[in-house]
Amino acid sequence: MVKVLLWGTLRHATDGQAEVEVEARNFKELLDRLAVMYPGLEPQIRRGVSMALDGRIYREAWFTEIGPDSEVVLMPYMVGG
Amino acid sequence: MPLDTPKRKFKVVGTRPPRPDGLDKVTGRALYGADMTAPGMLTGRILRSPHAHARIKSIDTSAAEALAGVRAVITAADLPVLEDDFIRDIQDNCMARGKALYDGHAVAAVAATDAATARKALKLIKVDYEILPHVTDVDAAMKPGAPVVQKGRTLENVPAGMSENVTSHCEFGHGDLPSGFAKADKIIERSFRTAATHQGYIEPHACLASFTSDGKADLWCCTQGQFFVRTLCAQMMGMEASQLRVTSSEIGGGFGGKTTVFIEPVALALSRKSGRPVKIVMTRDEVFKATGPTVSSSMDIRIGMTRNGRITAGEAHLRYSGGAFPNATIEMGGQAAFAAYDLGAVRTFGWNILTNRPKEAAYRAPGAPMAIYAVESVVDELCQELGLDPLKVRLLNAARKGTKSSYGPTFDDIGLVATLEAATRHPHYTAPLGPNQGRGLSCGFWFNFGGNTCVSLNVNTDGTVGVTEGNPDIGGSRASISLMAAEELGIPYEKVRTFVADTASLGYNDVTDGSRVTFAVGLATIKAARAAIRNMCARAAKIWGIDEEAVEWIDGAACPAGPNAGKFPPMTLAEIAAVSAETGGPIAGHHEVNADGAGVSFGVHLVDVEVDPETGATKVLRYTVFQDAGKAVHPDYVEGQMQGGAVQGIGWALNEEYIYGDDGRLQNAGFLDYRVPVASDLPPIETVILEIPNPGHPYGVRGVGETPIVPPLAAIANAVSRAVGVRMTELPMSPPRLLKALLSKG
Amino acid sequence: MKSIHVTTTVNGEPAEFICTPDETLLDVLRNRLGLTGSKEGCGTGDCGACSVTVNGRLVCSCLVLGAEAEGAEITTIEGMASGEALHPLQRHFIESAALQCGICTPGILVAAKALLEQNPDPSDSEIRYWLAGNLCRCTGYDKIINAVKSAAAEMRSN
Repeated sequence: MVKVLLWGTLRHATDGQAEVEVEARNFKELLDRLAVMYPGLEPQIRRGVSMALDGRIYREAWFTEIGPDSEVVLMPYMVGG
Repeated sequence: MPLDTPKRKFKVVGTRPPRPDGLDKVTGRALYGADMTAPGMLTGRILRSPHAHARIKSIDTSAAEALAGVRAVITAADLPVLEDDFIRDIQDNCMARGKALYDGHAVAAVAATDAATARKALKLIKVDYEILPHVTDVDAAMKPGAPVVQKGRTLENVPAGMSENVTSHCEFGHGDLPSGFAKADKIIERSFRTAATHQGYIEPHACLASFTSDGKADLWCCTQGQFFVRTLCAQMMGMEASQLRVTSSEIGGGFGGKTTVFIEPVALALSRKSGRPVKIVMTRDEVFKATGPTVSSSMDIRIGMTRNGRITAGEAHLRYSGGAFPNATIEMGGQAAFAAYDLGAVRTFGWNILTNRPKEAAYRAPGAPMAIYAVESVVDELCQELGLDPLKVRLLNAARKGTKSSYGPTFDDIGLVATLEAATRHPHYTAPLGPNQGRGLSCGFWFNFGGNTCVSLNVNTDGTVGVTEGNPDIGGSRASISLMAAEELGIPYEKVRTFVADTASLGYNDVTDGSRVTFAVGLATIKAARAAIRNMCARAAKIWGIDEEAVEWIDGAACPAGPNAGKFPPMTLAEIAAVSAETGGPIAGHHEVNADGAGVSFGVHLVDVEVDPETGATKVLRYTVFQDAGKAVHPDYVEGQMQGGAVQGIGWALNEEYIYGDDGRLQNAGFLDYRVPVASDLPPIETVILEIPNPGHPYGVRGVGETPIVPPLAAIANAVSRAVGVRMTELPMSPPRLLKALLSKG
Repeated sequence: MKSIHVTTTVNGEPAEFICTPDETLLDVLRNRLGLTGSKEGCGTGDCGACSVTVNGRLVCSCLVLGAEAEGAEITTIEGMASGEALHPLQRHFIESAALQCGICTPGILVAAKALLEQNPDPSDSEIRYWLAGNLCRCTGYDKIINAVKSAAAEMRSN
């Protein structure tokens, strides 16, 4: 199981939980399962999210492998100038 | 792609050779957006709403169409109705549909044989407006009952019962705020406001579009991302991407403001309708009214500190308005606000609010400067109140490797502590100050991105190398990419030339944003060079009749790897290239990647100011920038980014602002009244480059372009506040505003 | 509008053009004479990107009418180098990394040359005030000031 930290706004979709557990080996599986387990997250996932794995931020990268002890943080999709 | 080795000795990277585009730029030969021409070209011009908010009841273009020399007139009716919110907003910003949402919003456009005819034609277009109530202030727009800019744009994350102008809400942070604040010896709570500012590039937007009757088109434009322009315009024109080729000109400044389209779809639509090439060049008035700017903000900050200077809790409420369309900048501000600190309890709450202002475009570290200004102002005031050294307090609380960041992830190697220590050691920090003078400092932060990147590297038969990349050069990137290619290949910088490709010549590249180019294009260039090196080693192996694995690349030449490989004199790149036809054909390397591992960036700025108590005018006396560049590939242009960013921040802090009248119209749409810093306003900007290698890049490179605009706002506000003895909470601190504060102090 | 025939000298060479009475010298240089090195950043004389000299006097060409070029001597960025040989200012701008996007560079070079012609040894402050009419948004001006100083020093020693 992977522990995923959610930013505050998303917690309305997880009964207030800041961290949820998902069975996933990579980002694609993680996002797909999150959207199924917590339908309230689906609109944001569709709009776009970034993910931080052990401190490194990824904007897409579906097949990034997630280790069992990895820190995974969901973040809004990064925009810049 | 990980760092090769933390202690690499570079031969070419880190030197300061002349930039390859320098000669063209000092002789006037370089071709920018407005310098393009085509045979039979028409001049396009755009009619803009004089109202802040108005329903467009009808547009009568018949008189304009009848004018001799007019070849096409378009309105939103000539563009498709798009499904996707994101792209529809961009199109609606280029040409209003149904409602004009701000002063300067485009409502129609003409193409005529010359500029005078086009101007005359605009006057003949009759637009029947129903003027609607407007709102341009972020706080006023949030109030229930405020005029609604656009209906139905509120996301699911906004609580019910708020004004429809509130389009999104976000919240970040961790820990328990009440118990954090309970541990504080001193809590300060303050509200801040910052004005919208414009990127202020000196080159107005310009493009030349040429549609042919078989449905193909060419577009030349000044842009930060020709591929993104193609994506947007192809959808707006209902074209396949392959039928539209976009070529980027030299770009006369962007700073984020040229990461989207404003006139390009209009020129394409006019060209399609007229069957002739159409050029549109914006006036400066149009640039101010209808492009850029950054968000305006209103913010409440609350921070608690122990008497020893440890921050116990931080809370921020941020309200941003990016004009008449929703945007995500608030999310970046919410994440960046407290990023410099290692905090047990931190929370930011953000709101995006619609106003009758132009659609926000990205501006260098979008969303971060204002939030960090507010936070760093309160940290400074706490230091003042508690009698603490502001640098020591920042060191005590600084985020470092292993810190759980305020936006969630745990930091890897970051350079904040090193920059703070460098500032502590610098003589600037302890230099004496005179009367009416103050010293301020601030930390700054930006995420930096990687992103989609393609590079093609060709080894020419004469031993020179061409690199083709897909990002317009806004800060000297052709020089830095050539340096990295030369480093990797082991050849002189002068043997490499880097070109920016059009959209038909290379795979997709993300726009030049997020300080990504030297990082991501550099990374792809190194990988492309390594692919070419493998190929060259294979050629040498064939010539020598040994295994490929027995050949290694050293100092620009293939060499037998160790004594068992055989005894052969090294073959240089030029020698291998010269016989490439005989050994298997042309030699090239390429690399395609969606790069990650950009590595966040920190900086610290230190500034001395003097405030004239009679006029409220602020003079910047001394300015020093400390920043972690990971590895400075071309130090001149790293310094240039640090200096240029600092000066844009100085303008934001002291003078620049969008001023709206009660009629909702922009009152200062020109460089005379929107005053950007000039040479005589400024002291030298001293730079100190730190190099804490980014673990996510083979040479340790981090993006450097955006972070430098983040600290100046608070650094100057803190210096001014200390100089005058009043805490300044609104930007810009223009002379009238500062004089008012001085007078109210008595 | 009735067109006007103008005879003038541009960068030391005779030039002729026809323009309308409302065309600016900048329009004429860029659109009629093909000299696009002078840039239009504002059209109101606030940014200096269109700086040229008219009879030796530094002006914003967006504030001069094309018709005013009659009988005048105009110099633009295109006339700054002598053939292949760059003017010391141009060379020092490249060597000192005094440009980034380059859109303001032609105007700044023309203005700096006009400064050094009347003051071969300007102080930092004199350079900063002289160039106050030339906006640069990329560099923060530091490297520009340094380039002008080093070019001036080289020109004094020759």
